[in-house]
Amino acid sequence: MQTLLFTRAKDIDDAVKSGAASPTAQQGANVRYLAGGTTLIDLMKLHVETPNKVIDINRLPLDRVEETADGLKIGATVRNSDLANHPIVKRDYAVLSQALLSGASAQLRNMATTAGNLLQRTRCVYFRDPAYPCNKREPGSGCPAIEGHNRTLAILGTSAHCIATNPSDMNVALAALEAVIHIQGPKGKRAIPIGDFHLLPGDTPHRETVLEPGDLITHVMLPKLSPGNRSIYLKLRDRQSYEFALASAAVIVTVDRGKISRARIAMGGIGTKPWRSPDAEAVLVGQTPTRESFVKAADVLLKGAKPQSENGFKVELARRCLVHALTLATQHA
Amino acid sequence: MNSDPSAGKPPPSELSRRTVLATAGAVGVATALGAGCAPQSPFQSAMEIPMDNEALEGAVSVRIRVNGKDVNLKVDPRTTLLDCLRESLQLTGTKKGCDHGQCGACTVHVNGRRINSCLTFAASVDGDEITTIEGLGTPEQLHPMQAAFLQCDGYQCGYCTSGQIMSAVALLKEPVGPSDADVKEMMSGNICRCGAYLNIIKAIQQVRKA
Repeated sequence: MQTLLFTRAKDIDDAVKSGAASPTAQQGANVRYLAGGTTLIDLMKLHVETPNKVIDINRLPLDRVEETADGLKIGATVRNSDLANHPIVKRDYAVLSQALLSGASAQLRNMATTAGNLLQRTRCVYFRDPAYPCNKREPGSGCPAIEGHNRTLAILGTSAHCIATNPSDMNVALAALEAVIHIQGPKGKRAIPIGDFHLLPGDTPHRETVLEPGDLITHVMLPKLSPGNRSIYLKLRDRQSYEFALASAAVIVTVDRGKISRARIAMGGIGTKPWRSPDAEAVLVGQTPTRESFVKAADVLLKGAKPQSENGFKVELARRCLVHALTLATQHA
Repeated sequence: MNSDPSAGKPPPSELSRRTVLATAGAVGVATALGAGCAPQSPFQSAMEIPMDNEALEGAVSVRIRVNGKDVNLKVDPRTTLLDCLRESLQLTGTKKGCDHGQCGACTVHVNGRRINSCLTFAASVDGDEITTIEGLGTPEQLHPMQAAFLQCDGYQCGYCTSGQIMSAVALLKEPVGPSDADVKEMMSGNICRCGAYLNIIKAIQQVRKA
């Protein structure tokens, strides 16, 4: 039987040093950081994740939410439920609170962390079942999803090698909020805008983020939002609760004297990464908040959509999702 | 069924299903070991749980407080809190359903918050306070939520019930709106395949309004 070494990180430096021993921080890593465990332990039971060392980071002082001069600093191990119900998040970043509360269950939200949610793995059934080939799990083995069950999978950002959806709700809100991911690694600290954090599958779907061995996410920064904005997270799914998105939209809109002066749009459930669309945002700026302008923005966002055999409905679903979210966000403006 | 009433055991009517299973299990262990030392309930006296894991490579020392009692044990790091409770501490009220955080049958409280014990390593709750269904009330003095589930018939087969009740008790302290829909949303992590949902909601609302 393969043995597993379990250690508790003494401090951040200790965690980074231990993590750096892994040849990769991506699929196939043999050292993993353990926080909430909701993804890692699940995938270890499925033999999708097979680390021989787990570093418990739950006792590191990374569990605080602090207001700073630059915005909101969210610690890596802040639990999703605590973040969603934090008074500042509810007041100033409603889209994030709503996204978090729309995900998983109350129990899982009590466990799952900020950093863990950023690194949440796809729910593609072929990825989760080692009996099947999967380019993400075993590079070069093939993608049965393209010819198989792909109803819930991506229509944007796909490649000939992978069409897996990023399953997170939180990531969609963070994309619209232009969050910055702060990382401490063997070479020091760095900050990555969320748009650059997740990678498109291309021909290396096993590489999902820019993380390198030993990199530890320490916190996420949310920039301050301009006053007068309205934000909303709208999630469409097969069940009303406790289900992943088929399509979701995080929108942050400011309407000034009848015209949209600023818009941030990201969508979930349809992309291989959290799908922000600066082009769709640009379409809206200067427009009156009407259905016509919302449809135009949705069409721009979905322009490159590539439906698979079972998920063609997502193009129309995503269009209506975004139009409805924008309508809700602007209706009393 | 016990076919020999003269064996000095209580008559079958006084045996609970759990007692029968536990007794049979203990006999099985004793027979297999060739010794007469049936495992004691860990809640009779000392909480040092002797494990065969001393020799196990990578075993981790864990000190937890379970239902108000301190427990020291050594576990394989892969041992989930769920398996630790059920297999090491014989607290079998917490159930294993899906074992993947999808059904909620394994719900327990860690430091007063509900979590899925199947996706939690016992090693990672070192120093924490665990409450299981066994720590909630006693048959003589039920927790109000347990009493409400009984009164409202909030179960059928009972397999999901301990998880439902642990979730429901935690919910009382969480930010939840007043409506049935609010309760449904916050209870969606507990699946009941018998479909006792309506009575579960009724029981929870009864306690919330009390």
